[in-house]
Amino acid sequence: MGSSAGRPDGTPKVTGEFVYSSDLWLDGMIWGVTLRSPHPYARIRSIDPGEALAMPGVWAVLTQEDVPGDKVYGLEISDQPVLAVDVVRYQGEPVALVAADHPEIARQAAKRIRVDYEVYQPVTDAREALFEEGAKLHPQGNLVRHLKLRKGDPEPVADVVVTGEYQVGMQDQAFLGPESGLAVPSEDGGVELYVATQWLHVDQRQICSALGLPPDMVRLTLAGVGGAFGGREDLSMHVHACLLALRTGKPVKMVYNREESFFGHVHRHPALMRFEHGANRDGRLVYVKAQIYLDGGAYASSTPAVVGNAGTMGIGPYVVPNVQVDAYGAYTNNPPCGAMRGFGSVQAAFAHEAQMDKLASALGLDPVELRCRNAMTQGAEAPTGQVIDSPAPVEELLRRVQAMPLPPPRSPDGEPDLRDLPGGVANTTHGEGVVRGVGYAVAYKNVGFSEGFDDYSTARVRLEVLSGQATATVHTASAEVGQGLVTVEQQIVRTELGVDQVISAPKDTQVGSGGSSSASRQTYVTGGAVKAACEQVRERALAVIQRRLGCTMPDLRLEGGKVVSGEDILGGLSDLLGDEIIDETVEWRHRPTEAVDPETGQGFAHVQYAFAAHRAVVDVDTELGLVKVVALDCVQDVGKAINPQAVLGQIQGGSAQGLGLAVMEEIQISGGKIRNPSFTDYLIPTILDMPPMRIEVLEYPDPHAPYGLRGVGEPPTISSGPAIVAAIRAATGLALNQVPVRPEHITGT
Amino acid sequence: MRITCTINGQQQQADDVWEGESLLYVLRERLGFPGSKNACEQGECGSCTVYLDGVLACACLVAAGQAQGRDVRTIEGLAPGGELSAVQRAFLEAGAVQCGFCTPGLLVAAHDLIERQPEPSDAEIREALAGNLCRCTGYEKIMEAVRLAAARRSGAGGLPDDGTDHPHQVITRPDHPGIQRGGQQRGPAGRHT
Amino acid sequence: MEFLQPQTWVEALQLKAAYPHAVPIQGGTDVMVELNFDRYRPEYLLDLTRVGELAEWAPGNGRIWLGAGVTYTRVQGELGGWLPGLAMASRTVGSPQIRNRGTVGGNLGAASPAGDAHPPLLAAYAQVEVESVRGTRLIPADEFYTGVKRNALEPDELIKAVLVTPPTGPQQFCKIGTRNAMVIAVAAFSLALHPDRQAVGTGIGSAGPTPRRALAAEEFLAQALTAGGLWESRGDLPESTTRRFADLVTKAAAPIDDVRGSARYRVHALSVMARRALSWAWREFQRT
Repeated sequence: MGSSAGRPDGTPKVTGEFVYSSDLWLDGMIWGVTLRSPHPYARIRSIDPGEALAMPGVWAVLTQEDVPGDKVYGLEISDQPVLAVDVVRYQGEPVALVAADHPEIARQAAKRIRVDYEVYQPVTDAREALFEEGAKLHPQGNLVRHLKLRKGDPEPVADVVVTGEYQVGMQDQAFLGPESGLAVPSEDGGVELYVATQWLHVDQRQICSALGLPPDMVRLTLAGVGGAFGGREDLSMHVHACLLALRTGKPVKMVYNREESFFGHVHRHPALMRFEHGANRDGRLVYVKAQIYLDGGAYASSTPAVVGNAGTMGIGPYVVPNVQVDAYGAYTNNPPCGAMRGFGSVQAAFAHEAQMDKLASALGLDPVELRCRNAMTQGAEAPTGQVIDSPAPVEELLRRVQAMPLPPPRSPDGEPDLRDLPGGVANTTHGEGVVRGVGYAVAYKNVGFSEGFDDYSTARVRLEVLSGQATATVHTASAEVGQGLVTVEQQIVRTELGVDQVISAPKDTQVGSGGSSSASRQTYVTGGAVKAACEQVRERALAVIQRRLGCTMPDLRLEGGKVVSGEDILGGLSDLLGDEIIDETVEWRHRPTEAVDPETGQGFAHVQYAFAAHRAVVDVDTELGLVKVVALDCVQDVGKAINPQAVLGQIQGGSAQGLGLAVMEEIQISGGKIRNPSFTDYLIPTILDMPPMRIEVLEYPDPHAPYGLRGVGEPPTISSGPAIVAAIRAATGLALNQVPVRPEHITGT
Repeated sequence: MRITCTINGQQQQADDVWEGESLLYVLRERLGFPGSKNACEQGECGSCTVYLDGVLACACLVAAGQAQGRDVRTIEGLAPGGELSAVQRAFLEAGAVQCGFCTPGLLVAAHDLIERQPEPSDAEIREALAGNLCRCTGYEKIMEAVRLAAARRSGAGGLPDDGTDHPHQVITRPDHPGIQRGGQQRGPAGRHT
Repeated sequence: MEFLQPQTWVEALQLKAAYPHAVPIQGGTDVMVELNFDRYRPEYLLDLTRVGELAEWAPGNGRIWLGAGVTYTRVQGELGGWLPGLAMASRTVGSPQIRNRGTVGGNLGAASPAGDAHPPLLAAYAQVEVESVRGTRLIPADEFYTGVKRNALEPDELIKAVLVTPPTGPQQFCKIGTRNAMVIAVAAFSLALHPDRQAVGTGIGSAGPTPRRALAAEEFLAQALTAGGLWESRGDLPESTTRRFADLVTKAAAPIDDVRGSARYRVHALSVMARRALSWAWREFQRT
């Protein structure tokens, strides 16, 4: 604990031996491929698989008729067809499946499936979908959720009022490991699925319902995950591969290529937001009013929870006595949107931080000073009426990041190094038109699943002597997606049991649910479960040892592989444990949260908050609109850094994703169709785009959380982008209400 | 068609290769070398970076037939005999591996850089690795790892000094009554099954 | 699909004559992307990587003969002295991995309006040497691009080399991208001064259906320099000359709105690039 322990999966990852879901291979396996709708909105008149089935090498062609159980699934609302039933609602919706000997045969066969569509006009504007007469995309209408938050005076008055309309584009998680997995039919009529995912058990639940099979016949094992960031919370090829495997009796592997991947997972909700801030002359906020429209696309996914987050967290980490927020999630025929790191807070932060800068300007106040005057603190009331019951060092984060040394100005003398300039070696400027700007932002994120969700994780810990050495095995179903959960699990076991040899069992559905690897919750909740299981193991182990010693020893502890009483070492754990095997499974929950009142949005909605602040320094070629982020510094409170190196890695990685959204990443949609489903035109930051980062990590423990820790992964993704946009505004003097900021926005052309 | 080539020093042969396959597919699905990755298959991510006749290339952009008779070195060949190379060790120590999907391609590219340029500047490191995308790390620890590997290879050893290019990361522990130190902690009671 | 692997240039030409629809592949940086994403399924792939002479370049008779198989890495590393514009452009292509495989010949074969090699080749008045079993011909670069991703090759012809007389004056290349690596040009501009003939060469990329020269801009500038005696005196360029030059460059462009940028932005960016490139090239010329 507290050390930067190395990853247990590190060596296989650097030798190329680590098995990701797309690396799986089994003798006799065949390949599955998905046929997808080219239309954003259409009715399926007929599907004729005849020509495809006749191709040599094709084992099966399946449609919705072949789905034996529930035809629809979903994380929160079961509205998404396993395979399209009568209507397709987004470009890329799965319509049919093919299994064949070689992926090329399967691809060509899929092209020969004749689907007759009656094409409809797609619904592509979220606000129109909600408020105007038009196609109802689902029986219950186009509203997925409306979160209403009302706190304080319904008609507040303030000295100074600033308003703004903001737009956040659709970001993609762009995890590198493609959607993939291997389904193996088993003799009992069930299936084993090896898949990369964020939550094995929620996948299992949905697969069972679609296959009409009980959980003990649908066994999932986590294959190596090549990143997730929210994009693997929903099903992708899971049911499809299982269907093909059960039909053909052969193992079936499915791997999406990058283009298919853009259609194969949900994206971040694009947002349209209108904010109004009212403050008094002394800078204290009197009220915030906000309307937030999130385009959820064709199916609900986790839209209800994203709306809940955007609504309850959407005004930022500030104390505001009067708050009115309406957050909406809409169905449209745009690509489905759902979880992505930051989950509603990212979008809102662009608006609330832009507003704070606008307000600061209107009041003649320094932007950091204005924020500090309104900063949340421990004991303050959140917009949900919750009292912040653990440290909330918002002001300190801002003051510290402001106090960090700024990068040196570019030297005006001598030959410019192109690599230091916007445009880089593409040679677009030698310094002409380049203006530097500095910007700040602070944000917060709820950690864990909220609004009364039964958020828990399960851990099984086993202590025994193997080959003369005390060995602990930890078994959870909690997905390691790169964040370093496996490392933390081992660190906790080492700390709690004083045992050096720790084995991590493969993550699968043989143990209870670990909950989702999302919401920055795993170190908290699975960490809590592992800790609790260790406590039970320790208690039983010490009881056994006590009996063996035959007398009561005070202050019995396990440390450094030894059994210790007070200051005395009684013996080695392996000697004293003998052949006793201690095996404990614990299901662990954090403090319960509650649903918010549907009229006021008030309630104990979130179990923990995590805060981060960024300062960005940019150089902008104001004539060409090209931006170079020169520095991106961050201060974040993590409560307790279980693994400092991993904490820094999360902060750096999250900041990169914020940078991407600020200046380069957008899924561009036209008429419901994705215009740039490839890495050629969906640009994520390269090593040449990321600046060096100064980072300070604070540890103000949360007394309600195991070890006092706070979730780490999401906050840096939230305040980074707004800081960069603020810096661009400072350099250009432009309002810039839309992200990603494009050269056209800066040049006005 | 049949493809014969040398992979990591050993002759390998693949039969019934479809002419439209890439070297990446042949490595991963036919010859049992899944270390090179398939993140984009269009040369935009570098996760499939291999040495082809000693030169860095994206295996996804090499047609299988083009590899006939050629010398290919993959991530699996970077540490012959099980001894990790300097770049591999450095990546582990610096914490430059998160999900690890970009790691094989990056290691081959970093290996190539350090072989050609034993003391690369930060700007040179960035330009050399600009063809390798990473979504998890934000590249900072990758930079640390490459600096570390280069320093070791040129005999300097150890972690580089704090300089203007290496903004330090500070862990502060403000005095706070809530901090619990070491040992077995008492946390909130969990519900047991 | 058949994979043809000629060992010599003559064999390659014979195969191309026998199979005119065969798709030539060298670095694979365009063709393999099309194959991997099932954009097409050619009946024949014609692999040119065994034809050794394509991977060579040589100076001779005051010209550079640049084989169609020379990679961008080599252009960047070895031709920076003679063809700095092309070398600068090469440095911006894709990534090191792409540059190790991609070729100028392949760029010409694909004839994308966004190809990075085209603007400097145009500005340098390059010629494309193409050959078939029927013989050889030289096509001036500005006649080579005939439409969006179309070139002047007959079905039985292959690109053998590019012939460039190194411009006697400075060369510049600028490319707009929203990321610092692996980016397709939103717009690109190249400029070469040819003081020996008192001429100016330009190349516009990603701002029209084909890469193209800005002929009116070239003529205007050449005449202005001549009329002002500036070729000899190397005096400062009047601001008005630079502005008019930039304006004429934009008038030669015919950009569209697409996923990478708007037409208006491209016109604006060209104007800025033209102005800056000219000022840098002229300043460099003044120092010689």
